[in-house]
Amino acid sequence: MNAPTYNFAYLDEQTKRMIRRAILKAIAIPGYQVPFASREMPMPYGWGTGGVQVTAAILGTNDVLKVIDQGSDDTTNAISIRKFFEKTAGVVTTTSTADATVIQTRHRIPEAPLHAQQVLVYQVPIPEPLRYLEPRETETRRMHALGEYGLMHVKLYEDIARFGHIATAYAYPVKVNARYVMDPSPTPKFDNPKMDNCPALQLFGAGREKRIYAIPPYTSVVSLDFEDHPFTRYKHDACCALCDSGDSYLDEIVTDNKGSRMFVCSDTDYCETRQSQGHRGSENAAPYAESKHA
Amino acid sequence: MLDVTKAPRDDDQPLLLAEGLSKSFGRLQACREVSFALYPGEVLAIVGESGSGKSTLLQLLSAQMAPNAGSVSYRMRDGVMRDLGALGEAERRFLFRTDWGFVHQDPAMGLRMAVSAGANVGERLMAVGHNHYGKIRQTAASWLERVEISVDRIDDAPKTYSGGMRQRLQIARNLVTEPRLVFMDEPTGGLDVSVQARLLDMMRTLVSELGLAAIVVTHDLAVARLLSHRVMVMQGGRVVETGLTDQVLDDPREPYTQLLVSSILPA
Ligand SMILES: Nc1ncnc2c1ncn2[C@@H]1O[C@H](COP(=O)(O)OP(=O)(O)OP(=O)(O)O)[C@@H](O)[C@H]1O
Ligand SMILES: [Mg+2]
Ligand SMILES: [Zn+2]
Repeated sequence: MNAPTYNFAYLDEQTKRMIRRAILKAIAIPGYQVPFASREMPMPYGWGTGGVQVTAAILGTNDVLKVIDQGSDDTTNAISIRKFFEKTAGVVTTTSTADATVIQTRHRIPEAPLHAQQVLVYQVPIPEPLRYLEPRETETRRMHALGEYGLMHVKLYEDIARFGHIATAYAYPVKVNARYVMDPSPTPKFDNPKMDNCPALQLFGAGREKRIYAIPPYTSVVSLDFEDHPFTRYKHDACCALCDSGDSYLDEIVTDNKGSRMFVCSDTDYCETRQSQGHRGSENAAPYAESKHA
Repeated sequence: MLDVTKAPRDDDQPLLLAEGLSKSFGRLQACREVSFALYPGEVLAIVGESGSGKSTLLQLLSAQMAPNAGSVSYRMRDGVMRDLGALGEAERRFLFRTDWGFVHQDPAMGLRMAVSAGANVGERLMAVGHNHYGKIRQTAASWLERVEISVDRIDDAPKTYSGGMRQRLQIARNLVTEPRLVFMDEPTGGLDVSVQARLLDMMRTLVSELGLAAIVVTHDLAVARLLSHRVMVMQGGRVVETGLTDQVLDDPREPYTQLLVSSILPA
């Protein structure tokens, strides 16, 4: 038998304890960015090392892990993180949202409602929502400490002045528990309402920036907006060409080199589950491009 | 206290009171035992040669720097006189972006250069909880008009503005919350003479229309003469003479002021 050269879930127990302490603090102060001593992981930073460290710290032998990247379980990134934990922790993995106990994600929140037995771990590139307008870290920390968030509205103001509406579509800022303004990582704003009052625990890990933050279960999460420009949840005005879902977040896919396009669910598990239940979209019934131009 | 024959005031309660302010940097005494009272609606100019401690005093007065000795008190909007050194950071910062303004010589220090003029003016409103885009924009537009910036430049960033326009925008950004006191450090420094004249004219109008109190640091005595009711002359960190502007500038008593006024000293 080959003796493993690494600890359970790769990180040593000391490191996991350090990360767990940061996680506990993050849960105790919803939306507050807790610094932690981010470790080198055997993958590049852009691959979600923050999320991977959080997952490694919370994973137990009985956990069932799902990893998604832009809603898909099958990108190189998602597959390699899943394989990493299969190998280092020997945990069961799944693509089913309902079956998973830990879901690590990049850029999406699953469509299927999360439940209280689950933890959603986000990979975060830039945790600081104020950085866009205030690059000085000392200043942004002070703003968080004092709850001075006028600057966040300056950004939204600029959007409206320039585009006529709040054009921020990803990483749309939220206020957590009526206290801290938080960057929900580059998820589409379509997903923002799912963070509010969610039964699952939500953890955010930024590896390069060495920050962890959290939204405990059933916490209020409000998207910032103006009275006369309220938050809206954007999606393409179409139904999924594969499962006909009218209320899931859609990706636009080019289907041939003549520029034909179709819209399909970005959440592949959700889409496949619906198809297996007998839902059929335009592309499954008749060729999409022709029917559209008829 | 210093001079009592002061300029306009609504009541005889000072707005700001400095008592025995001193500040040293190592062995250098940048500010020595400065005391004075500023009344609502009063404009005080602080003049003196380079290195005399003007900017240091302004930093102390606006609570951006702590003195080694002495104190500054300020009458809050509720009428209560508060020791600025005893304010919490949150309170101090709130004061700074509501009841006070601070106009820097370099507009890049006081503006967000990459953000539109409208948002620059609207920021303070948003910071105190205004949440209606249309109203914020309307208020910003009316302030641009007041500082003689064409409203069709509202969506342009100040980095596309001329030096004079930037300075006027900085003033609008400060005045939008209707502060009662504005600090200015060389507000006309670095501008062409004709641009300076226009800016001064505008500042004079705003100050009197709004009944603003102001403390203006300048080494240009013409600025002091145009804007201020009262002048404080500094030398080596000390106030050597103070009084009504015309009196001090036309008939200085101190030898140092006489040199300053006759332009023998490079102010
Ligand atoms: N942060 C600091 N550290 C050390 N010395 C300082 C500091 N700030 C000011 N000084 C010194 O204190 C003295 C007063 O400086 P201050 O900037 O107040 O003068 P000023 O009257 O505003 O001059 P100027 O007209 O050139 O702006 C100077 O000798 C200056 O070098
Ligand atoms: Mg100075
Ligand atoms: Zn679908």
